[in-house]
Amino acid sequence: MNSTESTDVLVIGSGFGGAIPAYHLAAGGARVVVLERGPWLSGDEFDQDFELGSSYTRIFDFVVGDGMSVLGGNCVGGGSVVYFATMPRAPRFVFERRGGIGRRMWPASINRDTLDPWYDRVTEALPVTRYGWDQVPYAGGLFAAACAHAGRTANPVPSAVDLDRCTNCNWMMAGCRYDAKRSLLLNYLPAALAHGAEIRPLHEVQHLSRTDDGGYRVHYRIVDDEDYRVLHDEGVIEAKIVIVAAGAGATPVILRRSEPDLGPMPPAVGRYFSGNGERLNTAVFDEDRVRSVLGLSRPGGQAYAANQIGRGPTVASWDRLDPDLPEFERYSLEQLYFPPGLGTILAQVPDATGPTWFGAEKKELMRRWQSWLTIFTMSEDDNEGVFGPPPATGNAERISQQMLGRGPLRYVPTADTRRGWAAADADVRDILERDGLARVMPWTNDVVGAYTVHPLASCRIGDDPETSALDDRHELRRHPGVFVTDGSAVPGALTVNPALTIAALAERAIPGIVRAAQERGVPVTYHGGLPEGSTVSARPPALRG
Amino acid sequence: MHADTSDADQVRVMTIEAFADTIVPGEKRWPEDRAVAGAAAGGGAVAAGALELLEHPASGYAAVLEPLAGALNAHASRYAQEQGHALDPSVPPFVALEHADRTRLLQELLAVDHPEKEMWVGLALFSNMAFDSAAHLGTHAALAAGHPGLLTIGYHRPDADGLWRFPEYSYGRPLAPLHPHTTSTGSPA
Ligand SMILES: Cc1cc2nc3c(=O)[nH]c(=O)nc-3n(C[C@H](O)[C@H](O)[C@H](O)COP(=O)(O)OP(=O)(O)OC[C@H]3O[C@@H](n4cnc5c(N)ncnc54)[C@H](O)[C@@H]3O)c2cc1C
Repeated sequence: MNSTESTDVLVIGSGFGGAIPAYHLAAGGARVVVLERGPWLSGDEFDQDFELGSSYTRIFDFVVGDGMSVLGGNCVGGGSVVYFATMPRAPRFVFERRGGIGRRMWPASINRDTLDPWYDRVTEALPVTRYGWDQVPYAGGLFAAACAHAGRTANPVPSAVDLDRCTNCNWMMAGCRYDAKRSLLLNYLPAALAHGAEIRPLHEVQHLSRTDDGGYRVHYRIVDDEDYRVLHDEGVIEAKIVIVAAGAGATPVILRRSEPDLGPMPPAVGRYFSGNGERLNTAVFDEDRVRSVLGLSRPGGQAYAANQIGRGPTVASWDRLDPDLPEFERYSLEQLYFPPGLGTILAQVPDATGPTWFGAEKKELMRRWQSWLTIFTMSEDDNEGVFGPPPATGNAERISQQMLGRGPLRYVPTADTRRGWAAADADVRDILERDGLARVMPWTNDVVGAYTVHPLASCRIGDDPETSALDDRHELRRHPGVFVTDGSAVPGALTVNPALTIAALAERAIPGIVRAAQERGVPVTYHGGLPEGSTVSARPPALRG
Repeated sequence: MHADTSDADQVRVMTIEAFADTIVPGEKRWPEDRAVAGAAAGGGAVAAGALELLEHPASGYAAVLEPLAGALNAHASRYAQEQGHALDPSVPPFVALEHADRTRLLQELLAVDHPEKEMWVGLALFSNMAFDSAAHLGTHAALAAGHPGLLTIGYHRPDADGLWRFPEYSYGRPLAPLHPHTTSTGSPA
């Protein structure tokens, strides 16, 4: 006779929203199982290679929707393994945003002051550090110099990269084989393991159902480790508390697929999706002007030609994070690197006579790739993303063996969102085209729609049950015992990189989740400790019984 | 050239190559090359291995290349008729189009509101990916073999141990004033 496996706390997903509760609940004495749909890679398994089937495609996820493509992690550690580790706090005004609903969208209990202590904790745990101009890669320096030339400010952005180990190889999206990037494999996840949590890779959760005693059954399928289109055995685990942290592109899909068993979801599940107002511009620099106008030169004589060198975004300009500007017109501009494979196709040719994003003129633009500088806008979008009916499994119909799929998200940018993008595009052009420094064009939205590496808000916290799926303790309305702690819980666009805010909110949610677990008879306490931190990324335990 | 392949294979290969060559054009591989139009200097998507990438089992496109080639050729015939062009019957219709006409037809098929846009975008994405990142090859091997795309973008070679490191990476000096409302942790206030 098979008896169904059971645990106290079942965590879906192992990114920021999953790893942080997994650690605290395990440390507090609960039995914790983490189900993660992606594989578990670490250290030298992170390849510096673009070949299909290398870590780049195994741990990365690219879901094309209708008007919005979402990029994210697909591995133990989630987005923290593929991300760029740029970790600013969200500016104060963000928490006062009203968005399209005409009243404050954040819960009354949260503002920058009340979140700062939780930001402090994550900053210490990862850790996140400030660094100086002498550690800013050429691309960040070039952006800073252009900002200064235009009378603007620019800041090196705090980051979770250990610069003593970093080689500025810009392979961050394939995972960091030097363990310089302080992913969750170096802090919360090993600490959760040390406290007895189990992490099961290649387990994709499909839906939830209820047990007779008010707990939940979590239904999963095993994912083939090479061809993710192939699903193997299915299984079920019972839990008293379920933490859904599959990321803002997947969490609402799992919940919506559970409706036949669990009953209706709150109306905000799968609505109000935000792409963090993301928008990219590519500038192509005139190397001579970089030297003569900005006075920059590298050892060896080149002025810039260093697109490939660095570690993602390192410098941002925050001049438009001005609380006095109208909502939807505030944004940050951040220098960015996006590798080949995905990072050239959408760049457009200035003054094209033919097609802007392919063809002969585009090829000429590609010849100057090392003189490219990509600028990332994070603005205030209008939470206009809506998820359609869930696909058969997972959160996408997978097209390729790995990475590429087609998902049910629909996003039609409103006039407010487009106004912010237009203002930012004009600003980037104003800064970078001065005195013939560069030519600038935004990435086209005509090919795969808008795109985001910062999916947010598809199952958000709030005080109003109509426009928020979760209460301010992150508990899913109508479904007690289910908590959501990932990016989908963030109410809206943040105008800066979101991971520190996602993580701070997850930290903030823990005492409440611990209380809910206690009420359900789980012997767990909240200690408020932080992970020790390691210098070698966590590997799967050698053998599991 | 493709002498050992069947007619259907030849149609598929030449048509998909001509598509990829319209996305990232290249020089002709041999003087009477028909699939590659020769609209740009140096190797383009075809020389970079677009067909190999699309036929790679991992891409998910191998099985649909033949129907896609068929659909593209149907569009090409229709387009030629609209334009009043007579097409050389010895090659597939899309291949028979001049580079400028191939480009205009793809602009039409890849336009935001075209009902088939998504399938052509997928093909374009992989054609470009073959060029800018040689995703069907190991990156070291591709660089060692002088992959035309990686060469065109000027992608640096790794160190002798196959890893990339840039010990010199910074201008090393302050280059802009900091935002006046920066907090002690380095974040916006
Ligand atoms: C290229 C890139 C660069 C980025 N750079 C930065 C940066 O510099 N700074 C920053 O702040 N943010 C950055 N981000 C964003 C950041 O990574 C995300 O905001 C963050 O990881 C989101 O955390 P999360 O917990 O919401 O979800 P994730 O970290 O995405 O974790 C969700 C996890 O759930 C898993 N999962 C999904 N569905 C299922 C299922 N059905 N069953 C089981 N598991 C499932 C996924 O595989 C994933 O591991 C970047 C993202 C990308 C893609």
